[in-house]
Amino acid sequence: MAIGRRSTGSSADAGLLQRPHGSSGIASWLTTVDHKRLGILYMLTSGTFLALASIEAFVIRLQLAAPNQQLVSPDVYNQLFTMHGLTMVFLAIMPLGTGFANYFVPLMIGARDLAFPRLNAFGYWIYALGGLFVYTSFFLGGAPDAGWFAYAPLTSLSNNPGNGIDFYMIGLFIGGIGTLVTAMNLIVTIFSMRAPGMTMMRMPVFVWMVLVTAFMIIFAFPPLTIALFQVIMDRTFGTLFYVPAAGGLPILWQHLFWIFGHPEVYIIILPAFGVISEVIPTFSRKPLFGYPVMILSGIFIAFMGFAVWSHHMFTTGLGPVANTAFSLTSFVIGIPTGVKIFNWLGTMWGGSIRFATPMVYALAFLFMFVIGGITGIMLAMPPFDAQANSTYFVVAHFHYVMGGGALFAFFAGLYYWFPKLTGKMFSDRWALASFWFTFVGFNMIFMPQHFAGLLGMPRRVQTYDAGLGLEIWNLVSTAGTFVMGTGLIMAVLGFIHAFRSGQPAGDDPWDARTLEWSTSSPPPHHNFDEQPIATDRDAWWAKKYPDLAHADEGSEYEGVDFDAGGIHMPGQSWYPFLLSLAVFIGGYGVMYANWPLAILMGVVVVASTYGWAFEGVGGHHVHPRSSAQEGAGD
Amino acid sequence: MPMTQWLRRAAFLAGGMLLLAGCEFTGLQSTLDPAGPIAQAQLDLLVWSYQLSWIVMIATFGVMAYVLIRFRRRRNDPDRIPPQFHGSAPLEIGLTIVPVLIVIAVAVPTVRTIFATETRVAPEAGDVIVNVTGYQWWWRFEYPELGVVTANELHIPAGRRVILNLDSADVLHSFWVPRLAGKRDLIPNQNNQLWIEAPDPGMYYGQCAELCLGAHAYMKFRVIAETDAEFEAWVDTFQTVDSRAVQGDPEVQRGYQLFTSKGCANCHAVQGYRDGAPIGTPDFPNLTNFGLRNTLAAGVLPNDRENLEAWLRDPQAIKPGNYMPQLWQENDPNADEEIAAVASYLLSLGTQSSPEAQASLGGSHGDR
Repeated sequence: MAIGRRSTGSSADAGLLQRPHGSSGIASWLTTVDHKRLGILYMLTSGTFLALASIEAFVIRLQLAAPNQQLVSPDVYNQLFTMHGLTMVFLAIMPLGTGFANYFVPLMIGARDLAFPRLNAFGYWIYALGGLFVYTSFFLGGAPDAGWFAYAPLTSLSNNPGNGIDFYMIGLFIGGIGTLVTAMNLIVTIFSMRAPGMTMMRMPVFVWMVLVTAFMIIFAFPPLTIALFQVIMDRTFGTLFYVPAAGGLPILWQHLFWIFGHPEVYIIILPAFGVISEVIPTFSRKPLFGYPVMILSGIFIAFMGFAVWSHHMFTTGLGPVANTAFSLTSFVIGIPTGVKIFNWLGTMWGGSIRFATPMVYALAFLFMFVIGGITGIMLAMPPFDAQANSTYFVVAHFHYVMGGGALFAFFAGLYYWFPKLTGKMFSDRWALASFWFTFVGFNMIFMPQHFAGLLGMPRRVQTYDAGLGLEIWNLVSTAGTFVMGTGLIMAVLGFIHAFRSGQPAGDDPWDARTLEWSTSSPPPHHNFDEQPIATDRDAWWAKKYPDLAHADEGSEYEGVDFDAGGIHMPGQSWYPFLLSLAVFIGGYGVMYANWPLAILMGVVVVASTYGWAFEGVGGHHVHPRSSAQEGAGD
Repeated sequence: MPMTQWLRRAAFLAGGMLLLAGCEFTGLQSTLDPAGPIAQAQLDLLVWSYQLSWIVMIATFGVMAYVLIRFRRRRNDPDRIPPQFHGSAPLEIGLTIVPVLIVIAVAVPTVRTIFATETRVAPEAGDVIVNVTGYQWWWRFEYPELGVVTANELHIPAGRRVILNLDSADVLHSFWVPRLAGKRDLIPNQNNQLWIEAPDPGMYYGQCAELCLGAHAYMKFRVIAETDAEFEAWVDTFQTVDSRAVQGDPEVQRGYQLFTSKGCANCHAVQGYRDGAPIGTPDFPNLTNFGLRNTLAAGVLPNDRENLEAWLRDPQAIKPGNYMPQLWQENDPNADEEIAAVASYLLSLGTQSSPEAQASLGGSHGDR
């Protein structure tokens, strides 16, 4: 608190730019450092990208509805599935998890914000602008078309002369910066800003999974960055990393990409596991079964996630020894994953299960994740993978894990936390109706794809022949998009309606267990009027039902005034946005080899960093207890 | 073991009835209809894991259904707070052992099959060796010991092991004949190997299974397994080939000339087209004995006069994205006549130019 007080006040005038103060209007959103606002921005942005990726998927399914259709050309088709995959992984599902982490990690650990609020804003803006950068490719000569894992040498200048691949490489390069800084921010926050009494082993599992994920990001993104950099160098400066004619080894890209790419899958799924581990206990009214085992298995999955990358490369001719090794490590991941499933079932066992929308989504997650996990074990068998790899069987598998798994889990989270985010309650009936469309549609789309794959349909083909037995599976699959699309549109309409005219939700509509439910809905800018104290796991539940909690530890904090000097709210800042914008524009400079522009933007980056460093944290203090109305200091 | 067999059948039937009701799985490109030892071993592994997966699913979803019904929140007691138990170490350990056992049950046959199907083999007497090169968007098949170069149709003798040396001339491709063997990638600068064996004569469908842009979806091929005698005869047609047009058929003669004058010969090699300087380059499909081919445009269409003429007229309409230029403008008054002549010439290759070889093939060489 002393830190905040020292830099409040006159330091605002020392910066290059006038420090913004407004709490409404566009400028207030561009300059916000509030983790809740940034969390909402993350969710809305990733939701937008989710919609774009869904539209791309819809066109793909229309093209494949019947054999030998020419609705889109092979060229456009390649762009569509590349952008669909890239968007879903990098711009939609992963940032949706980051959005939840941004909004709820501080609330769940009883903190007032992330450790570095301006860095948090920077992380968001560089992600959003990185995504925008990639999407401008549609208007600037064509989107990337080499698949979301962009295998070399398909990406070399001679094989792919347009700018599409540059958009991919530079866009991911830019977006990756945001992912990395946000991961570091979350680690520091979780390690150093937990409420009094909240030991590591009292943290909500969602927070644990975010922590594990953040560490994964720090180890997984550097290999990707190196690989992207190599290709940017190849394409822009004529180096020869991936030029076979000069002796380049294309397989290197696959290793580097998947050393990142497989952990990336767990970077997406572990926060989803975390959400499920919050939703199931709440709606079963029981603590999570086997809390330490759940955390350990999460850590184990994360660790092993770095030891399985070559199972994406079983058909590249690594030889039987390497294939055996990577097959066995992949099988081993099935064990902690199975343990997690058992523990979720164990949580429900003996509970009092309420089938509200979040819980129904969580159960659908369980169902589909088990199916996706089983096909995952099948694909970890290299001989079967030799048949199924690069076919629609794989497409079905990873959609069950990423869509039916991660996305449904995040939907569970969205419905679970919607009352907290907005203070409004949605219509459970409407949401359940939307759920059934989404769930049935999803399975209509992806279950038949297993069979299309086994019948010999490769992925990434723009069309297929009649007479191979593929027609019915593709037709059902395409029909499913209409069903699922209806469900998704209903969900969006339901959210909009609830946001506008939903009933007040109250602070704790689900009788939940963790600290975010102890404050008002939506939470005040400073999150908690009074510093929460954790006396047990499920800290809020322990406070509500002290008789059922473990012990009344935490008495040592009784009577301690944690907010004696008021609550410091950091000042808003233009610099994170400005810095991101400069990197964004500089990206075009590098891509078009427009060096004056790139250098100019480099100067802006340096200047923004300077301004950022010297403007100080700024801000002001609020004293919620001493003022009559909540959040009076805002 | 009748018991295990019965179990297998029951498991397959149960699965079949639930999911696969009424559907045919013996497609031309189906991994579920194996015709060679590798594809069979790969399918066996799938079947084994599929049976195990039904046990897992029935157990998991059974418990889940039980829990959801038994422990649902009751209307008459909505506020009940169940006992807040946190876990049970013996149960956790027990439940960890279950997935360990399942994993072991899958891993043992997996490792065995990996070494049986993926170990690099040394050629032995009786093996046929083929150098396979992937191009955007066709396949070059070279038989180094037999002096044969052809494209998109791989002839092999049934019952003999065929060793494929896989290479790519441009980007990544993947050699996949589902009924014979799972795929293996073609990677520039990487010497990959795959062996296949077809016990019975027949035609097996293959397709490129690694994105190579452009006409990737149309990069197909066929593997044609023949009896030893048929295979030898096919090889002979290459060794005795004379691709000069048969005298006495003016249309074929005209096609022969157009083949050079329209520029076909700039890219496409045809063995024995003329004495001295050979035509074409190795980087485009070799058309020697083209008349014997079952398909054209890399397995896209059956090779008959109508399709061939359509292909020559507008290659992009048949195989979008491919590199074959359109040689006749739409308003070219001579187009019909010239296209027919070139088609006649191409179809004559291997069927008319070398009557002896034609006779030894014993007539039709159609779809088996």
